[in-house]
Amino acid sequence: MANKQFDIKSYPGFKGITLLCLVILYAPLVVVTVYSFNASQSLTNWEGVSLRWYSDVFTGPESGKFKTAAKNSFIIAIIAATTATTIATLAATGMVRGGKFRFRTVSFGLISLPLMVPEIVLAVATLIFFNSIGFERGLLTILLAHIAFCIPFAYLPISARMQGIEDSYEQAALDLYATKRQAFTKILLPLMMPGIISGFLLAFIVSLDDFIITNFVKGAGVETLPTAIFGSVKQGIKPNIMAISTMLLSVSIVMVTISYFVSKSDNTK
Amino acid sequence: MAAGAASGGSATTDTYKEARTWLLLPAWVTLSILVLAPVLMMLIYSFLTKEFRGGVIWEFSLAAYDQFFFDRGLFGDEPPKIEWTYITIFWRSIWQAAAATLLSLAIGFPTAYFIATRSENMRPVWVFLITIPYWVNLLIRTVSMKFLLRDQGPLNDFLMNIGLIDSPLHIVNTNFAVQLGLFYSYLPFMVLPIYAAVERYNFALSEAAADLYASKWTTLRRILLPAVKPGVFAGCILVFVPSMGSFLAPDLLGGAKNFMIGSLIEEQFKGNAGNWPFGAAASMVLLTMVLIILMFSARQQAKADKAGG
Repeated sequence: MANKQFDIKSYPGFKGITLLCLVILYAPLVVVTVYSFNASQSLTNWEGVSLRWYSDVFTGPESGKFKTAAKNSFIIAIIAATTATTIATLAATGMVRGGKFRFRTVSFGLISLPLMVPEIVLAVATLIFFNSIGFERGLLTILLAHIAFCIPFAYLPISARMQGIEDSYEQAALDLYATKRQAFTKILLPLMMPGIISGFLLAFIVSLDDFIITNFVKGAGVETLPTAIFGSVKQGIKPNIMAISTMLLSVSIVMVTISYFVSKSDNTK
Repeated sequence: MAAGAASGGSATTDTYKEARTWLLLPAWVTLSILVLAPVLMMLIYSFLTKEFRGGVIWEFSLAAYDQFFFDRGLFGDEPPKIEWTYITIFWRSIWQAAAATLLSLAIGFPTAYFIATRSENMRPVWVFLITIPYWVNLLIRTVSMKFLLRDQGPLNDFLMNIGLIDSPLHIVNTNFAVQLGLFYSYLPFMVLPIYAAVERYNFALSEAAADLYASKWTTLRRILLPAVKPGVFAGCILVFVPSMGSFLAPDLLGGAKNFMIGSLIEEQFKGNAGNWPFGAAASMVLLTMVLIILMFSARQQAKADKAGG
């Protein structure tokens, strides 16, 4: 047989299941996107293509609420992702270029702690913490909580990138009398940039998307997009929610795509 | 998890050895204050006395754990019996998470295997396709799922139009809807570790088995599966753990009859029940279970690493 090799590897049905898997993953997203362009007032009937729900989001009766929520979401995501990326970049340098040291495992455990603690538990703990020190809930508490859980998401791509960079680059700079600081900012940092951008984008999406922790630590009347959407959905799914969802999911998909291509690009050559 | 990739670095060097304390300090401080301290404070709160309408009184009390495990009658003066209400909710969460894990495994394993046997150029593209939906807002994904599965939703419309069913299937507000939602939430966590394991698998072993007249399925069961077991195990843990404490899927897709731990905890801080020490105690029980599972899995992983060399 010509392709015995191929034959051994392939199992009947596996391709079908993979395609089914893709259908399950994408069907809900496609359906919501399509129905967000529905001209009908009702969810069930299709009455042709229209942008009325998009204009409803921006000018309709709930537009004020959604605009404020969107502004809050984006401000928090930008500050939280920037801060978390900075902290993660420094930490990755310490972990990957810091040699062997005693607290290495503990440090890594601490950095990945937000990934191990169930989200609802972290939400409860953060709420209790702010309450116990008398920190009034509001935008600032949301921001602080977001910075914490964004750190591991920024850290993982950055440290992965750094492990792929040989130290000969910065050693060469040091041999040529660069200071350690110069070797870091002029050599290492540019080489790490794909990992840093990728980490930033992931942290940004994770912050933008968070519902559970935000829902616990936000003050009364303070909303981000996910909490505003959740509030609306509790009264029933409306077409304007689908329009917002479609916009938000487009932002996520665009950012992940950028992150994917940036992290794949190799600038060490 | 990604622990192995990031901590056991062969590329670890010591260019910035002197500065490492300063480099790590911001992360240590931020995470100690915003994650470690809150978890410890939650532990303390679970041993305090509840204040009506939320909050606590700073008096030591075992009431929260007592309420969780024991039933002492309406006025608290009867001999304690085991309280089944909350244990049942935990049990249901474990069961639902296990069902979602099995569903993810049934679909995730063939998918991961299929991707790992594509050409080297196509693999990242497939992985990318599988992971994209994970980065879309979980709330939006769950709402979309609900919209798709509703009695008058597009799925039922479609099935009725092609004549497969006469009346709509009731999927929303069932256990199955929750399992489907959890599956949808965490599927990439199942696919990625299995994919990584199969990609490293040496297919010469399968060929050897085939040469010795083993059937394809025997080869899969007796040769491939044992070799990729650590990946399968990691995938199951990564789906099971977040499923158990999830809130959105049970809340939006499950309805009142399919209450899980996440909703029980949320209710203590949002709803009228408002019992903070009890919510903290329930969170501690959940956290303890998760940490036991993670420690157990870390030991299994270490064993597998040793055995695999």
